[in-house]
Amino acid sequence: MPWVTRGLRNGILTSRYPARPDGYHDNWQGSVVVGPAQPGTPAAAIAARCPTGAISAGEGETATPALDQGKCILCGRCVLEGPGTFSFAPSPEVARRSRAGLVVPPTEETEAAVASARADLARRVRALGRSVHVRHVDAGSDGSDEWEVAALLGPIYDVHRLGIFFTASPRHADLLLVTGAGSAGMVRPLSVTYDAMPEPRVVVAVGTDAISGGLVSPSYASSGGVCDVVPVDVWVPGSPPSPFSILHGILLAIGRLPSGRVGR
Amino acid sequence: MTATSPSSRSPATVRFEPHDFAQAVASRTGTAGLGQTGGRVGAGGRFAGLFGSARDDGSVLLRAAIARYGGLEIVTTLVPAVPGGGQASYGALTPAVPAAAWYERELADLFDIFPEGHPRVDPLVLPRGNAPAPRPGRTGPGPLERIVPDETALPAHVAGEGVFTLPYGPVRSGVFESVQYLVETPGEDIPHLRARVYHKHRGLECRFQGMGPDDGVLLAERVEGVASVAHAIAFCQAVEALAGGNDAEKGAGAPEAALYVRTLHAELERVVNHLDSTARHTEAAGQAVAYARLTWHKERLMRLRGKLCGHRFGRGVVVPGGVSGPLALSPVAALRELADLEADVRADTDLLMSTSSFVDRLRGTGVLVPDMAASRGALGPVGRASGLEEDLRTYRPYAAYGLVQVPEPRYRSSGDALARQLVRLEEIWGAFELCRQALEDLSGRPADGPWAGRAELADGEAWGWAEAPQGEVLYLVETEGGRLRRVKPRSASFHNLSLFPEVFGGDIFTDFAFIEASFGLSMAGVAG
Repeated sequence: MPWVTRGLRNGILTSRYPARPDGYHDNWQGSVVVGPAQPGTPAAAIAARCPTGAISAGEGETATPALDQGKCILCGRCVLEGPGTFSFAPSPEVARRSRAGLVVPPTEETEAAVASARADLARRVRALGRSVHVRHVDAGSDGSDEWEVAALLGPIYDVHRLGIFFTASPRHADLLLVTGAGSAGMVRPLSVTYDAMPEPRVVVAVGTDAISGGLVSPSYASSGGVCDVVPVDVWVPGSPPSPFSILHGILLAIGRLPSGRVGR
Repeated sequence: MTATSPSSRSPATVRFEPHDFAQAVASRTGTAGLGQTGGRVGAGGRFAGLFGSARDDGSVLLRAAIARYGGLEIVTTLVPAVPGGGQASYGALTPAVPAAAWYERELADLFDIFPEGHPRVDPLVLPRGNAPAPRPGRTGPGPLERIVPDETALPAHVAGEGVFTLPYGPVRSGVFESVQYLVETPGEDIPHLRARVYHKHRGLECRFQGMGPDDGVLLAERVEGVASVAHAIAFCQAVEALAGGNDAEKGAGAPEAALYVRTLHAELERVVNHLDSTARHTEAAGQAVAYARLTWHKERLMRLRGKLCGHRFGRGVVVPGGVSGPLALSPVAALRELADLEADVRADTDLLMSTSSFVDRLRGTGVLVPDMAASRGALGPVGRASGLEEDLRTYRPYAAYGLVQVPEPRYRSSGDALARQLVRLEEIWGAFELCRQALEDLSGRPADGPWAGRAELADGEAWGWAEAPQGEVLYLVETEGGRLRRVKPRSASFHNLSLFPEVFGGDIFTDFAFIEASFGLSMAGVAG
């Protein structure tokens, strides 16, 4: 009985995201972006110091460097050494519908690739309606990604309010959430899980490890990301991505973001 | 031969020939164990791990770490390569030192050396199949080919009418890390259980090789993601010892303010991990309101950690030589938030521990007998719930634990899931107290530092350790030419998971979730 009053004690804690702004959401630094090269910023030296090789310096002194967010583990070394050129962006909405869309600044080719990926995904998820069942598989993560995924089921994020449910059986799942760098031992369990899912199905790669292998690849025991094993539709970078980033990725995959914030 | 200084990261080592090695380790560990109730310094030390390191000539250097009050003792031997190739062998430790069983299986996988006399040399971190041994530490040949696991192998150990093997995992119901438990059962009881952990093996030990220390700490944070801070501290202490900082007592080179920041983040990590374990208990018991409230508190703590450093898991805080900078939140504001949180957590856990439908599920479940805990050297809260009192924060102080008042460790001896839960709650209150002491100290210090010292990395080997929420984390670091030659992280999860199959006497399937949550292990740290 005391638990009944305890449950009512603090009122509603749940975020209204994505329908309404959320203070925590809006101030979370979820990615590193690239501005114009500042004079005197040693872009080539910074690129060489990136632990995962996510930065390519480009030709010449004044060229704008490119940064692959799918490889970035957000250590912040480039932001420290090249302020102005590299900076943290204050938004956790970092998920993208194509691998090329994770490279900043975007080029014209990436815009074209994103457009075609978007059309293909929209066609497939139309049948899913407003109730989506998610199966999570850990394919060699460091353990932190699971915490952030599990947080979605807590009272703050409470994804049930959005019609998103986690399911034990891949037979009931519409969406596969994959974390980890694709360790050799998980390659077959992952593909068996994917094969057991009914069509239409969508795959979301959660975390930099799942996208590119991050810092743990190359290795004799892990892949360069899970896209070698399953066809990934939405890419959520981060090491690990925050719960809001993962939620953004899921909503992006099933086309449920409010218009005006469709993302790339 | 015991290291004398409590903070010595380069302990004295004694070397033996392979045929004397097992004898030497066994005589130093004894069966009494370290820190068993009633006596701090027993005749024997605690076996803390067996570490291999391949040399370029094909031989393998083995180091057994023996923990004593105040320091480590290292016993080594060299297993020479067999001329013309073939599998080298040495006399197994396991018959005399049962705690070495998993370590020797791991060594057989990674280095292809055979422990003669070992009762069961099954593959552990590499899948069954004939993959070549990666031999971490060797600088020789280039990248290894990808390993291809044999998924069909399903060994059985129990024979009897109606007994079958139930493979549980690696893809399990719910959001879990991947691990496979092979449950051999006649139907409801669990007479025998084994864990297969190779699914998550990422080859991290080879990945460390050739990195600089700045990149190495980033990888150390990802060995066991939920204990990032403890792993980073243990790694950095080894690196700092090699850098020969000016003050060996306090962790070479790291300024005192940095030690307090490390302590603060390590204690927040402890609170959040113990809350996670408690929340999993409530989930398994179907206590929906308690689960919601505890996950709310956990999320508040994750956000507080994010506000303090910009990362929800405290990554990027600990760097070789100190910390990356001052707290991003004023200590006064952090103190206020922590006081609110502690009051809320205390109110909810007080109610939880007086809810009989919850407590009854934990009482008598998954008993780890104190004798077993002592002889196998159970770590962290698992050991402290089975009569061991060892806690590195007082036994081998590091970071600022020698400067603050560490609450006396509270241990219990019933060894069941309830004891582990009670120990965790005590540790939560202790951690809040330590956070308060660290923040109060930091509020009196200038924000402009210095926050990190720098020194040249000398060639050599050193050890680092930390008391993670799961228990003792141990790092062996070897350097050569300013880069990492060999890094071996040993998480508490690895050591404690080998005890996990031993606690199922009389328990049934529905107890499984409680026993697993009460151990609070991370598979990433086990598989490496």
